[in-house]
Amino acid sequence: MARSPARYNAVWAYLMLLPFLIGLVVFIVGPLFFAVFLSFTDWNILGWPRWIGLLNYNELVADPVFWKAFWNTIYYTVVTVPVTIVISLGLATLMNRPIRGVFVLRAIYFSPITVSVIAVGLLWSWLYTPNYGFLNYVLRFLGIQPISWLVSAQTALISLMIVGIWRGLGFNIVVMLAGLKSIPHELYDASAIDGANEIQQFRHVTLPMLTPTLFFAVVMAFISSFQVFELTYIMTQGGPSNSTTTLIYNTYLQGFTFLRMGYASAISVIFLAVVLIVTIWQIKFQERWVHYDE
Amino acid sequence: MNSVSVLQRIQAANPFQHRQRRETVLDVLTYVVLGALLILIVFPLFWMLVTSFKPLSEVRRYPPTIFPQTFTLENYVDIWQQYPFANFLINSFLISGLGTVGAILSCTLAGFALARLRFPGDRVLFIVVLATLMIPYPARMIPLFVLMSKLGWIDTYLPLIVPWFFGNAYGVFLMRQFFKGIPGELMEAGILDGCNPLHVLVRIYLPLSVPAITALSVVTFTTIWNDFIPPLIFINSMQKMPIAVGLAFFKGQGEAIWSWLMAASVLSALPLLLLYIFAQRYIIESMALAGLKR
Repeated sequence: MARSPARYNAVWAYLMLLPFLIGLVVFIVGPLFFAVFLSFTDWNILGWPRWIGLLNYNELVADPVFWKAFWNTIYYTVVTVPVTIVISLGLATLMNRPIRGVFVLRAIYFSPITVSVIAVGLLWSWLYTPNYGFLNYVLRFLGIQPISWLVSAQTALISLMIVGIWRGLGFNIVVMLAGLKSIPHELYDASAIDGANEIQQFRHVTLPMLTPTLFFAVVMAFISSFQVFELTYIMTQGGPSNSTTTLIYNTYLQGFTFLRMGYASAISVIFLAVVLIVTIWQIKFQERWVHYDE
Repeated sequence: MNSVSVLQRIQAANPFQHRQRRETVLDVLTYVVLGALLILIVFPLFWMLVTSFKPLSEVRRYPPTIFPQTFTLENYVDIWQQYPFANFLINSFLISGLGTVGAILSCTLAGFALARLRFPGDRVLFIVVLATLMIPYPARMIPLFVLMSKLGWIDTYLPLIVPWFFGNAYGVFLMRQFFKGIPGELMEAGILDGCNPLHVLVRIYLPLSVPAITALSVVTFTTIWNDFIPPLIFINSMQKMPIAVGLAFFKGQGEAIWSWLMAASVLSALPLLLLYIFAQRYIIESMALAGLKR
């Protein structure tokens, strides 16, 4: 045995944590520093990076495509996150009532996530086809004007949002349900004795007790939405007229299609900065509205 | 005794009778809303399924048919010949399987150390684990590409598998929460018996960890199976591509062969759906752990 129990524990702990710690340095922290470094260089992967200082950032600030990507990403996130959370909260609340078949329902709502994102993108691309896609067929059938969906710059991003929300509902429903199930029944009984109806119970018991879960869901949904890339890549390739170019799509394009590693790194650094700032702000801000039961 | 009249007498004596009747209206509403949402969510997947059984000529028809007028399995046969579909599937199984093994090994070790060992820095490390959740993969993809490139690992399976052997935030978090839920006395007893922590983990805690390991395996397998960006940037040759990226080739130039595409999508989703149905209970429990405990 080692000299002291504390020493013994520490040695064993760090041994067991070694793979994770190595991974932390090599695959997470290291790359972040390297990305920052790369953002100050010009490099097309051959040879060595060439230091150019702030030139990438200057170019970025002046590039309308970058700002369009930034705006698109914000727009996408600001719509999909609240809509997904509200709908999944509503559905989970309904599913939490004493009804039959919840197990199957939950499985079905969750299933879109198990389908590969390419399959989802291609499937929806087809549904969205203006001329013979099923969605416009239904609209025409109902006598409504067909929508251009992915073809028009006005509607393309919204079409992607719909797919994003569709895909994200299942996961969030599961999270909300777990949160709902953790609310002690006594609280509902007590409020019922005080004469509360279901709607009042929702406002005064469910919502406050659900705030930790809501917080978790919002943070996760934000991080997930802000990095939207696959849908654009598969369905619209950033078009039409850059209306669906997102920050990560822009990064990918610049880095892997145009082989401008330095410039692409600059974009990804800005991306990361925004994610970190918003997430940390959310964590600080949670004290105002999240109600913990400890 | 006449059971109907006993029931009626009980109901007549019930002071909440009025509320129960109103509750039924809410129940109907619940079923209606849930049913409608169910149709909306399932419909695209249903569409994917029925299209895979139609010949291309019927798929192109407008107005579209819902159920196949000509039910055919030809798409499921054709895709194997037109593309290296078998390769895609085998690659996916290989990469997802090995990656999952790596994740289980590294995350169980790290999670156990964080949960059951006292050592300097254990609090900090746990926060670090959570913090890595805030670092999206796209922020690291360019430096990772450079790293893999310098290692000569481009166009091999290594960049897709090896990182999983070094832990990931979600897995470590999951296992840590789970191990925290098992009484610590087991650990103390094991140490008193002269076992080192690894022994304790393997002999005592591991047999109890089947639910958590199952959940972690299924979630990890699904994540790697559907992972899009890593195979996109690290693999160039079509033979080595997993299904997540391989499906994109079904689009090709001009108009996609939708019937093949849908058949391929169904086949690629099938293993995951089966896996998910089998392990649904464990996954839900793991998400409950993630969203609630502090």
